[in-house]
Amino acid sequence: MAYHFDFLAAFDYTDVLVKGVLTTVELIAVGGVVGIAVGIFGAWARTQGPRWLKPIVSGYVELIRNTPFLVQLFFIFFGLPSLGIQISEMQAAILTMVINLGAYSTEIIRAGVNAISRGQMEAALSLSMSRVQAFRHIILRPALQKIWPALSSQIVIVMLGSAVCSQIAVEELSFAANFIQGRNFRAFEAYLLATAIYLAMAILLRQLLRLIGDKFIFARRAT
Amino acid sequence: MPLIAIEDVKKRYGDNEVLKGIRLSVDAGEVIAIIGKSGSGKSTLLRCINGLETIDEGSISVAGAYLGTSELELKTLRLKVGMIFQQFNLFPHLSVGRNVMISPMIVKGTSEAEARELAKKNLERVGLGMKFDAFPDQLSGGQQQRVAIARALSMQPQALLCDEITSALDPELVNEVLAVVRSLADDGMTLLMVTHEMRFAREVCDRVVFMHQGKVHEIGPPEELFANPKTPELQQFLGMTH
Amino acid sequence: MISFSLWDIVRNLLLAGRWTVLLSLATFVLGSVVGMMILFARISKRRALQRAARLYIEVFQGTPLLMQLFLIFFGLALFGLEVPAWLAAGLALTLWSASFLAEIWRGCVDAIPRGQWEASSVLAMGHLQQMRHIILPQALRIAIPPTVGFGVQIIKGTAVTSIIGFVELSKAGTVITNATFMPFTVFAVVGLFYFALCWPLSKYSQFLERKFNAAHRH
Repeated sequence: MAYHFDFLAAFDYTDVLVKGVLTTVELIAVGGVVGIAVGIFGAWARTQGPRWLKPIVSGYVELIRNTPFLVQLFFIFFGLPSLGIQISEMQAAILTMVINLGAYSTEIIRAGVNAISRGQMEAALSLSMSRVQAFRHIILRPALQKIWPALSSQIVIVMLGSAVCSQIAVEELSFAANFIQGRNFRAFEAYLLATAIYLAMAILLRQLLRLIGDKFIFARRAT
Repeated sequence: MPLIAIEDVKKRYGDNEVLKGIRLSVDAGEVIAIIGKSGSGKSTLLRCINGLETIDEGSISVAGAYLGTSELELKTLRLKVGMIFQQFNLFPHLSVGRNVMISPMIVKGTSEAEARELAKKNLERVGLGMKFDAFPDQLSGGQQQRVAIARALSMQPQALLCDEITSALDPELVNEVLAVVRSLADDGMTLLMVTHEMRFAREVCDRVVFMHQGKVHEIGPPEELFANPKTPELQQFLGMTH
Repeated sequence: MISFSLWDIVRNLLLAGRWTVLLSLATFVLGSVVGMMILFARISKRRALQRAARLYIEVFQGTPLLMQLFLIFFGLALFGLEVPAWLAAGLALTLWSASFLAEIWRGCVDAIPRGQWEASSVLAMGHLQQMRHIILPQALRIAIPPTVGFGVQIIKGTAVTSIIGFVELSKAGTVITNATFMPFTVFAVVGLFYFALCWPLSKYSQFLERKFNAAHRH
């Protein structure tokens, strides 16, 4: 039996697709920025933080890196309400992405911090900077420079992983594909289109991150 | 009253006792050279003075204040005593000017305009005023070390600790750095220098400290120490470095 | 309302966990076979093969695993095949992991100094012989820590197959949650089981990496 592909059918639902793309963008924009912030804090905590904080952060990192994103998402979205915490699906999705990216970026940024020679910190301390001032002004940017490609890759991975958020009814791109194929029964075409859009988004995101790197991380600012 | 007073300082790394009871006082304006074989504890002593290393016994005081371990005490100490490193340790992501400006700005709250003026002045003083906007990787080793000196000076310390500051330099670049140090000495800066440059020690220093196996083995003005080494260890050391 | 004991939950999850382990092992083995093929194509001298491999890797690394899974599941159905969930899952995970393994191994091959290629070629070895006798043995040794590390990604990747109905650990978790109304407990246990599978593997991979770095310095 010959199957008649009908890719154009999906385009009747352009508005759904656009919403899906925008939601995915929202997820990774918020999740990415806050996730990196968590990562910077985590890297600081693991390298310079108070002694009691270190095992907490390591525990968090090991837990997240050794469990699937889907399980983390379900735990937060279904588990928290049973403790009385009300949370919308979008909030749960973003929270899970932040927690997930936060753990991976803690490790990545920590590797960057560890790669900075001790002399830099010693010079900063000798100039009377506090450890926190030294971390913020002297250590952090060179560390980010070292690991920006690795961190960028991780952000793209998390963006692709956001597809799973459709399972808690977040109306992102794979949800849109689910919706379309539920209406026009052309599952393969819908998913192929969504996949192509994801690929385009991944390529664009990588470019965007490279630009951000060039402008903010690697830029040599004139005095 | 001495500017820096070191009393019976002992330090251990695990089982290894690196400093075995150091007594030394440095008056304001003095230039002291610390010489000795590697492993004698010279750099460790210097690093204890500004708190980069902790001491196990004894006390160190700078301008009357005893060295403590809290962040605040260390910060107050480091405002009085600056350090120049063998590996320069300039901040690679900041321009030369910014390297010199940054600490006054974030530690003392100096305004950007004021910090810039101060930085320009200090860079002129070390002969690098025109390199204000350059980046460290564009400079030679000697230039980088001079920037490091300007950077330490911008915090207006009362004393400078110099940890083998010419050892990582190509020979032809050593003199430009030593010239700057000499001018600092002439201007009355208190200097403690761990160095292998014996000729410089002889010409510029008020006293020379010879360290051996974690103790001050001999100490005295350079004319006496170099001409008449009293102990066999110093005699052997001087024989080695001629 | 029936109340479920913790042991009921744990027991059922353990039973489902077998499938997670089985799927992971199958993926690892098959993914390695396909990955090796992609590796050879990727470093081949023939431009067309190289480009095809690069495209394969770009696509499988640049799109969500979930989408790949759906495409295979629904795609195969289009050909009139009744595809059971485990088959689609295995196939999708195999193709997905092959792309990552190929890249990891390519990195290891690239790490072999050029001198090894040159020395073996002046001994008149052909490309395949160079790979087989000189390059691959050395590359594979470096490859062990990151490959073991990727095993952790495979185990986590199996969770996504629950969405097409394959009854592994995550799916069981969803089913049991619906029966017990205890999502916090159930998913916490599910998380702990994945952790129990992944964490030792992660640690082992780190141990291997340290051991390799120490050995390499001699």
